[in-house]
Amino acid sequence: MTNLSSAVERLGGVYLLPLLLSTLAFALIGSPSTWMTLTIAGLAMGMMIFLMASGLSLIFGLMDVLNFGHPAFVSFGAFIAASVLAALASWVSGDSAVMNIVALMAAIAAATAFGAVAGWFFERVIVKPVYKDHLRQILITMGALIVAEQLLLVIWGGVPIQVARPAILTGSVIVGDVSIEVYRIFAFLLGLVVFVAMYAVLNRTRVGLLVRAGVENREMVEALGFRIDRLFIGVFMAGSALAAMGGAMWAGYQSLITASLGSELMILVFIVVIIGGLGSIQGSLLGAILVGLMANYIAFLFPKMALASNMLLMMAILLWRPFGLKPAVK
Amino acid sequence: MSNAILRLDDVHTDIAQYHILHGISLDVPEGGVHVLLGRNGAGKTTTLRTIMGLWRAKKGAIVFRHHDITAMHTSDIARLGIAFVPENMGIFGGLTVEENMKLATSDGSFDKARLARIYELFPALEKFWDKQAYALSGGQKQMLAIARAMAEPRALILIDEPTKGLAPSIIRNMVDAFREIARETTILLVEQNFFFARSLGSGVAVIEDGRIIHRGQMADLAADEALQNRLLSLSAEAHT
Repeated sequence: MTNLSSAVERLGGVYLLPLLLSTLAFALIGSPSTWMTLTIAGLAMGMMIFLMASGLSLIFGLMDVLNFGHPAFVSFGAFIAASVLAALASWVSGDSAVMNIVALMAAIAAATAFGAVAGWFFERVIVKPVYKDHLRQILITMGALIVAEQLLLVIWGGVPIQVARPAILTGSVIVGDVSIEVYRIFAFLLGLVVFVAMYAVLNRTRVGLLVRAGVENREMVEALGFRIDRLFIGVFMAGSALAAMGGAMWAGYQSLITASLGSELMILVFIVVIIGGLGSIQGSLLGAILVGLMANYIAFLFPKMALASNMLLMMAILLWRPFGLKPAVK
Repeated sequence: MSNAILRLDDVHTDIAQYHILHGISLDVPEGGVHVLLGRNGAGKTTTLRTIMGLWRAKKGAIVFRHHDITAMHTSDIARLGIAFVPENMGIFGGLTVEENMKLATSDGSFDKARLARIYELFPALEKFWDKQAYALSGGQKQMLAIARAMAEPRALILIDEPTKGLAPSIIRNMVDAFREIARETTILLVEQNFFFARSLGSGVAVIEDGRIIHRGQMADLAADEALQNRLLSLSAEAHT
């Protein structure tokens, strides 16, 4: 048994889970083209959820803050991106690929920048007074989420908003029998780029080293001469910016958004953070991919189980690994 | 004492509703190993944590090299040249030994001669340099915690019960290491293991119920078993 588990660890350990899940799904689905379509949809969905969840995981891990207001950044990111795309409608729908990309980048940049600035304000005004008090954190951040949703209704109204998708990201690529939406490929690649960038910052820079150390033991980081409260602000801003970026991507994915978009995704985001392990970027990626794949496979195979599938996944993983698949703290 | 590197003057500390330190006054002279002895719950750890600013003094003053550090932020206290080795060692298990050491340097780079000296004192750290620290044994983790305090020159190292839970052979290595460290740095050592403390300490203070009840030279306390029994409620035999 020990030999088997060490052999599994050598092969990749918990990182084999997506492979295992997709292999099992392949056997159950039967059709390779359907399986491929679902797998790519799951990976794209997973990457977008990763964007939203990774910041929350770091905020929870480093700052010990239960931020139930995190979905507000997702919602605002989606609406800001939608507004920018609407304002640049002629670029979005035009034939010029360059203008398409400029419009897309402007939408994502505006959402991300708003997330960073709003994150700074949120940390200073709402979260800072309730550090070390989880009950108040839950109450005040839930309250902030409700206020944020009302603000969305005030600014954008209660009617669902149509999100224009840049022409370059519409349509599909046909590979054999498999039809792959271009937007999903883009979502997957963007998520991958963000993961690589975050991984590099966390593992190759001194700031990243401090963040990883702070996730484990804030007090000791301070006793070594570093101001962790300054790191807190940076991490909170980055986490909020990523959530807004995820929201912007999700807006393009769904095409129709409402003010409750963030709240609806909250459960999935929290599941990813919990099963991935607190404070771990690799864990968040792994959790997000599992959740994305699971949601797509189950929705196809057992539609009535779709809502419960990720809850069951979380229960199974927590029974096996109570601290998540890749917790940052050893 | 005029050559005190650290002075505590009537320091009171509360933890939640509990009044733990009841007016600690203590001078730590520059150089050597100075030991703070006391039973469990006497206030030893609270004293070190109050010096580091991890718990705030409610009253009194803490002066380090003419700087009043009583209300300073912990990170500022550390940057003045005080290193802290907590009782739980404060190792970052998810980081490698090298990364743990890097965090103890001001710019992430090591002085080669200093690193060579650390390897000489603690060979296991060189062996496990690129391994994650959670995989180290308890003794190796303690070595890493102490090595981290030595990564750059410090004026004062506060060490909280370094021998707790360690095997006698490792404790003997610790004695050698501490003697070496004390050649360039002042150490304030909190201990319950009197044999370990006696082999290192030059000065000693005994704390009981949050008050200093004895100050003097370690040699005098070591030579007076009756005094040991009276102050510590322990004898040398109890630790053999």
